[in-house]
Parts: sequence; structure tokens; C-alpha cells
Amino acid sequence: MTFSGFVSGFDALGAVLLIPLASIFILALLPGYRVTALLNVLASLLTLLAAISLLFVRPEVGSLLFVDDLNVVFIVLNTLVGFTTSLFSASYIAHELETGRLTPTYLRFYHAMYQAMMFGMNLALLANNIGLLWVAVELATLTTVMMVGIYRTHEALEAAWKYFILGSVGIALALFGTILVYVASQPVIGEGLDAMTWTILIEHAAQFDAALLNVAFVFLLLGYGTKVGLAPVHAWLPDAHAEGPTPISAVLSGLLLNVALYAVLRFKMLMTANEAALAPGPLMVTMGLTSLIFASFMLYRRRDIKRLFAYSSIEHMGIITFAFGMGGPLANFAGLLHMTMHSLTKSAIFFAVGNIAQAKGTQKIADIRGLTESHPVLGWGLLVGVVAIAGLPPLGIFMSEFLVVTSTFARQPLLAILLVLGLLVALGALLWRVTGIAFGTPVGRMEPVHGSHLPMFAHLVLVLGAGLYLPPPLVAWFQHVANLLG
Amino acid sequence: MISPLVYDVAHLLAGGMVLVSFMLLYQDRMHGLLNVFALHAVILALSVSWEAYIQDAPHLFITAAIALIVKAIIIPLALHRIVRRLNIHRSVETVVGIGPTMLAGMGLVALSMALMLRVTSAADALARQDLAFALSVVLLGLLMMVSRRNAVSQVVGLMSIENGLILAATGAKGMPLVVEISVAFSVLVAFIVIGIFLFRIRERFDTVDMQALDRFRGESQ
Repeated sequence: MTFSGFVSGFDALGAVLLIPLASIFILALLPGYRVTALLNVLASLLTLLAAISLLFVRPEVGSLLFVDDLNVVFIVLNTLVGFTTSLFSASYIAHELETGRLTPTYLRFYHAMYQAMMFGMNLALLANNIGLLWVAVELATLTTVMMVGIYRTHEALEAAWKYFILGSVGIALALFGTILVYVASQPVIGEGLDAMTWTILIEHAAQFDAALLNVAFVFLLLGYGTKVGLAPVHAWLPDAHAEGPTPISAVLSGLLLNVALYAVLRFKMLMTANEAALAPGPLMVTMGLTSLIFASFMLYRRRDIKRLFAYSSIEHMGIITFAFGMGGPLANFAGLLHMTMHSLTKSAIFFAVGNIAQAKGTQKIADIRGLTESHPVLGWGLLVGVVAIAGLPPLGIFMSEFLVVTSTFARQPLLAILLVLGLLVALGALLWRVTGIAFGTPVGRMEPVHGSHLPMFAHLVLVLGAGLYLPPPLVAWFQHVANLLG
Repeated sequence: MISPLVYDVAHLLAGGMVLVSFMLLYQDRMHGLLNVFALHAVILALSVSWEAYIQDAPHLFITAAIALIVKAIIIPLALHRIVRRLNIHRSVETVVGIGPTMLAGMGLVALSMALMLRVTSAADALARQDLAFALSVVLLGLLMMVSRRNAVSQVVGLMSIENGLILAATGAKGMPLVVEISVAFSVLVAFIVIGIFLFRIRERFDTVDMQALDRFRGESQ
């Protein structure tokens, strides 16, 4: 039986959603963390396979769910990192039980929530209805809030609270924007579900009331932008990354930020389809550039290793938003590539950071030194990851950043100068910090590493591979999606 | 064409919500704050029921019932209990004085009227006034969240924002998924109320004052 013959036998779209949904209940009911950790990996793997099959078999467009060339990129990336993170988590989380940071009950809850989070994100990516999209993003927010607070320390609860309050305000603003989009579309399309269905909205977007769309987009950009972690509304992000379990930091940076960005992109496409409406690009460029420059300076003052990389995520989401804001085939291509590379690299870094925090018993940068000597595999892995995230050749992020910069230079040289400034400032901060962490005389506790190195190296190999050689089918695919984004 | 009575009642109820939002801003006792919030939810329920009746949309009665049962009864009762348990009923800590807050609130209402009435000129009169009032309620809720330090009053601010959004969603004629969205939002709020209770923020921080939470940041254990 051929592969496509196999997948046509069942609904791959349904599987991407139903596997995580069913796993929530199974994992919540099963006792024993070894079994649940294993099942979590298995469920994530099956979801990944179902997502990959969407590349080959495209289900019909439904009124609630759909797959098109844009969201399939996000869904494959989402399930891939979801799978590797579940692998890492399985090897990592057992040690948290040994050190007493989590109890078996909480661990059961953790695995169920992991799948609930994957369900929320997959639903958001596959939603064809802007109301459903909102509900899914809300679900993903709620589950991550609970994951961030799972250690129940002062810091974790404070981080979860802050994330909850800011996230709720963000999604409240996004809902107001969503309602305004409906008010704009209802006179044209008529009442009912059609007036919130994205594929129908985009067809009729040209006839919508432009003033109403403008106001709606401002609310949507601020609302979903809060979840992307863009500069004026980013305050939740470093705390949430630093205080939650490390696999969750990896998922937050690698996936959740992308999901929120995806929502922004969908509405940007609506705006672009309406000629009378405000151009969404300059707004996104401004927010992106502000995030980049702000975060790159903030990197210098970080004392906590997870906070350091959380600010680096703000920086990179800034670059990606900037690239999509510039628009055009080349900048969109660069944005997509950068988003993919950032997800892979940043989650790899968090895998390394999780192992470091367990081995050294601290997240303070000052207490972590000489890793390449005390834990060679981990130390060099982290070093490669940071070199990648800082944008040095020959790794994938260098290429995508290079594309963003060159495409900007051709159109807006002044903006390109600011962009390069931000990139260089961030490069300096990251390299300065990582040399301290990786080299020198080891200090402090030196326990062996418990978590697996495999997911980290798998990601780094992909990033290195993409930096050296991008397969032509991938380039063609991304180019096609970049053209769709306009 | 909408009859004047239909419009006037809708206008009265939606305007009433803005008025109660102002009342929320100047409450200086916890229990008073919660009672005013319950009133806010009751007016929302009435307003949504009126919309359900004039739009001939029976499913909106579900939203109205959720507003009445969950937000006007269950959540205020639960919060009253939390306030008593945590012994924080003395007063609401404010960041800015009541006077400047009220002035800022008036400014926000003027802003939302000016903005929404201008951009919704194409929509029908009912949706226009609902959206304008709803944005006022949302902005007043945001103002309340930034001008209060206490965790419980921040949650009340968030719930008043939510009420404003439900008002906007029901005002937009024939909007699908309103019931689902109001359920999703209620779940969100329920979770956080349970969260405050279960995590017993008081026991861990000895206060639900957000400034105290901020002090823990960056401190080692």
C-alpha cells in the first residue's frame, strides 16, 4: 500500500486535531509517569505523521477548518517541534520528579496539558473561522498559563499571573477586532457563519468598509501582537519563559509565538486585499523594529539564562514581523525561512538550557561557567545553538537574516541600517554571554546530564543543513507561500 | 426600520453598562466592588436578552443566562468568599486617585464615541451604539486594571472588559459563535477565579497586592 493510499483512508485533518484531543483525556486518567511520558511522545509522533500527510492529501475546505498552502507550513513546523519537545520532555521531566519539584499528580496534569496545548495550537492553525481561531488561541493561552505556574513557587505564580492578565487583555482586544471584522463583512456577505469564514472573507475583502477594517486591524495587531511578544506588550514573555518547565519554554518560543503571528498574518492578508484600507505593513514594520532594537539592548542586562534567551525570542519575533511587514515575495520568503529556523534553533537552545539548569542546579548565568570542559557535549551544543541564533554563517539563521537585510536595503536603506544595528547589538550580547558560559574554569555543581541530547542535535543538524543547502522543493514551496502572503 | 422604543431600550441598557463601569472605578471597598460588578452583569444579561428578543435570535438567551447565572451570581459569590477568607475586604488599593481616574475614564468614553461612531457609519443604528458603548466599557475596564493593584480587583476589571465584548458581539446582528465565545470566555474567568482560590495567593505571598508579587521577581529562593 502506498503512503498516499494509506492516508486517503482516513481524514488527516481530523487526525491532527483528534489525536491530541483524545490524548488529553487518556493522559489525564492514566497513572504512572513513565507510561504517560511515552504515550505523550507517541501521540505527538502520530500528530506529526498526520500533519505531514496533509502535504500530500489536501482535504476540502470546510466552513470551520481548512488547509491551504500557508497554514500547512505552520502546522508541519508546529507538530515537528511538538514531537521533538515531547521526546526531550520525556527524558527531562523524570528528573524533576526526583528532585521533588513536581509530584506524580502534577506530572500527569503536565502531560495532559501538553496535549491540550498542542490541540489548541493546531486548532488555531487549521481554523477557517476567525471566531474559532480566537477560541483556539484562548485555549492555547489558558493551557500555557497553567504550565507556566506548575512549579507553584513565588516566581512561577507571579509569572503565570502576569502572563494570564496580559494574555487575557491581549485576547480581549483581539476579540473586539474580530467582532469589528464581522461588522465590516456582514453588510457584504450577509449574516451567519459565512461572514466569519476566512476563505469567504478574503474573496469579498475588497468591498468591506475600509475605515472599519483599519480600526479592526489595530485591535487585532495589538491583541495577537501581545501573544507574539512584540515590544510594547511583551512584558509577560521573559517571566513566562523563565519560570515554567524548560520544555514549555521551548514550545512557547518555538511554537506559540508563531501561532499568534499566523493570526496576524491572516488579517494582514485581509487588509492587503482591500485597496482602500490602511497598509498594514508600516505598522508591523514599526512594531517589529522596536521589538528588535529594544530586546537586543535588553540582552546585555540579563542575569538568568532562560530570560536571556526569552529576550532573544522577542528580538527574533521582531525580525520576523518586520520581514512580513515589509512584504513582497523576497521579504516574505525571508520571514518564513527565519520563522522556521528560529523555531528549530530556539527550541534546541532551550533543550540545552534545560539540561544545564538540571546539571548545575541554577539558571543564573554567573554560576554557569566552563561548560565545554565540565559537560563537553552540552557545552558545544549550546555554543553551536547560540552561534546559530546570533546569525553567524554557515547556519540557517544567517541566511534568513541576510535575506531580510538585503531585501530591505534594496527598498528602504534607512530601515535596513536600524535593522543591522539591532542585529549587531544582539550578536554582541549573545556572544559575550555564551563565551562566559561555555569557556573558563567550571564552577559550582557538576552533576551528570539527565535529559536527552538527541532532540537538540536533530534540530541543529536541520539548521546547519538549511544553512548549507536548501532543497529546491522547499525553496519552491516557500516561494509559493511568500507570493500568497502578498 | 427600528421602532423608537426598541432603540431606546437597547440604548438605555447599553448606556447603563457604561454608567456601571464608572461606578466600578470609584468603589473603595472590596464587597462594594463585587456588588457593583454583579449589577454590571445583570444589566448585561438584560441587554443581551433584549437583543435576543428584537433580533429574534433565541440562542442569545443562552448567553444572557450565562451572564446572569455565572457572572452575576456564582463568580461574585465565589469572590466574596475569597475576599472574606483572605481578609482583604478593608479597601481597594489604587495606583492613581479616584478623581484623575474618573477624568481619564471620561476621556476614554469620549474617545471611543468619536472613533466608533465615525467608522461605523455604514452599520445600522443599533450595532453602532452597541459598538460605541462596548468599546467604552472595554476601555474603562482596562483603565480599572491599570489603576488597581489588587489581584481581585484586576480580575473584576477583566470581567468587565469581557462584559463589554459580549455586548459588542450580541450587538453585531447575526454574529455566529457568540454563544461559544461567551462560554469560552466564562471558562477563562472561571479558571482564574479557581486559580486564585486553589493557589491561595494569600498563603504564598501574604497579600494579593500585585506590587508585592513584583518584588519576588529576580530574587533567589
